[in-house]
Amino acid sequence: MSTSSLSSSPAASGTSSVTARLLAWLPNPLLQVLHGTGSTLLLLVRSLRHLPSLPRQFGRFIEQCHLIGYTTMPIVGILSFFIGSVLALQSGHAGENVGYKQFIGALVGLTMARELGPVMAAVLLAGRVGSAIAAELASMKVYQEVDALETMNIPPERMLVLPRLAAVLTMMPVLTIMADLVGWFGGAIVAQYTHFISIEPASYFANLRQYMDFGDVLNGLIKAEVFGLTVVLVCCNIGLNTRGGPREIGASVTRAVVTSLILILVLDFFVTKALM
Amino acid sequence: MPAANSNSPLPGAAPAVGVKVEGLAKRFGTFEVLRGVSFTVQPGEIFVLMGPSGSGKSVLLKHLVGLERPSAGRTLVAGHDGADPATRERVRMALVFQAGALFNSLSVYDNLALYPREHRLGDEAAIRDRVMRALQILSLENAVHKLPAELSGGMKKRVAIARALVMEPQLLLYDEPTSELDPVMSATITEIIATLRQRYQVTSIVVSHDRDLALSIADRVGILMGGELVFLGPPSDLRQPTDPRVADFLNPRIDLEHPRFKHLET
Repeated sequence: MSTSSLSSSPAASGTSSVTARLLAWLPNPLLQVLHGTGSTLLLLVRSLRHLPSLPRQFGRFIEQCHLIGYTTMPIVGILSFFIGSVLALQSGHAGENVGYKQFIGALVGLTMARELGPVMAAVLLAGRVGSAIAAELASMKVYQEVDALETMNIPPERMLVLPRLAAVLTMMPVLTIMADLVGWFGGAIVAQYTHFISIEPASYFANLRQYMDFGDVLNGLIKAEVFGLTVVLVCCNIGLNTRGGPREIGASVTRAVVTSLILILVLDFFVTKALM
Repeated sequence: MPAANSNSPLPGAAPAVGVKVEGLAKRFGTFEVLRGVSFTVQPGEIFVLMGPSGSGKSVLLKHLVGLERPSAGRTLVAGHDGADPATRERVRMALVFQAGALFNSLSVYDNLALYPREHRLGDEAAIRDRVMRALQILSLENAVHKLPAELSGGMKKRVAIARALVMEPQLLLYDEPTSELDPVMSATITEIIATLRQRYQVTSIVVSHDRDLALSIADRVGILMGGELVFLGPPSDLRQPTDPRVADFLNPRIDLEHPRFKHLET
């Protein structure tokens, strides 16, 4: 694949003059969104074309699993613990007078599994891993390493994108389950030791089990996979389309993270609706 | 380890290829970088493309390896269209980038081993032989475990040439191989380019500002100015150029009374 195909603008990529005139009617921001969506989906298709090469890229896959999964675990753990804790605290405080504090286990459990677990894991993925991916690929593009790969007839999608996609699809469920579990335990600890809640862990988890089933966790895992795939694809695409110098690398990282965060929240609504 | 100083082509090397550039034009927006450039490079020839900064030399080179698509005209490498990605599968072409474009996260060894590993050209022992031979040719054995960030400018250029050599190319393209180097290192790189052609009969296209390089090793020289080829011929013709633009480019006179920069177009 040529560099131009990675980075061409819609009007400059050999589009027929009629299409070019039609595109010229569209407002620029809409054009950018359409171009970004198209090039990201194209990157996905081009990467999947190299799927048979994945077994012999096992080393890269493991390296990316380490970067995407293992090194993200501590921050996911810390944040999930406090999110579970604050959920228990807020619901315990609000429910103290109304009399629903016995449902704190179910509330924390469902909220973490169906919503906050996958969303927080994806947000942290975008901030920590997405920014690193965008910076690395943008820097490789600007300093012609991507061009060097192409002249060596090594498709960048095969070497730079595919192992990351496989790794994020493998590690997002791990991160999400970890976020769920740590959040539940955070909620349990707060529920036990906060004087105006004082719910024993046994009854907290009994309530959680009563109102939850595996479908709730699965729901969250599906969302996590969609978010993870989106974040890595968007960040790879923006990185590989960077042109210019150090300032453009920084701009690409910002754009990659902001786009990822917006997409996580927009997709969250639609995937939640679709899974209901 | 195989002898590095044999005069035979690299093992597995295919014969050198010819290059044809036909009416090549390239436009970035409204800016015309190349305006109908045409020339031919014979197999095994060293062709040096010179010209002032911004005259489109590097852009032309990128067209040959398919990194840019022409606005008009075409490039042919061994008869295959340079813009067609399949040409890179049919013809082994290597481009030595101006800044090296070494993979910064990989050691010198891994930089060189990437191509044979990705294309599965033998087991790890065979790849090691191939890499070490290329490093030996460029006298870089001591740099094998270093990262690109630990190398000097001259070493980076030599590693970039070694990485290209590992590909056993039929066409070797150099983008400003002597820029930012001291005169001795420039001479060394010039000698390397000539030696590689002499030993391995590889077709070489060198984009450079370096007059000494062009006059000493080129079989033919092209001079590109404002996107047009204003000179094409043997280097001997450059000693007494008839075109005043070429004469001024090759022997610029420093005139403090009428400084050139005051007449430059913005």
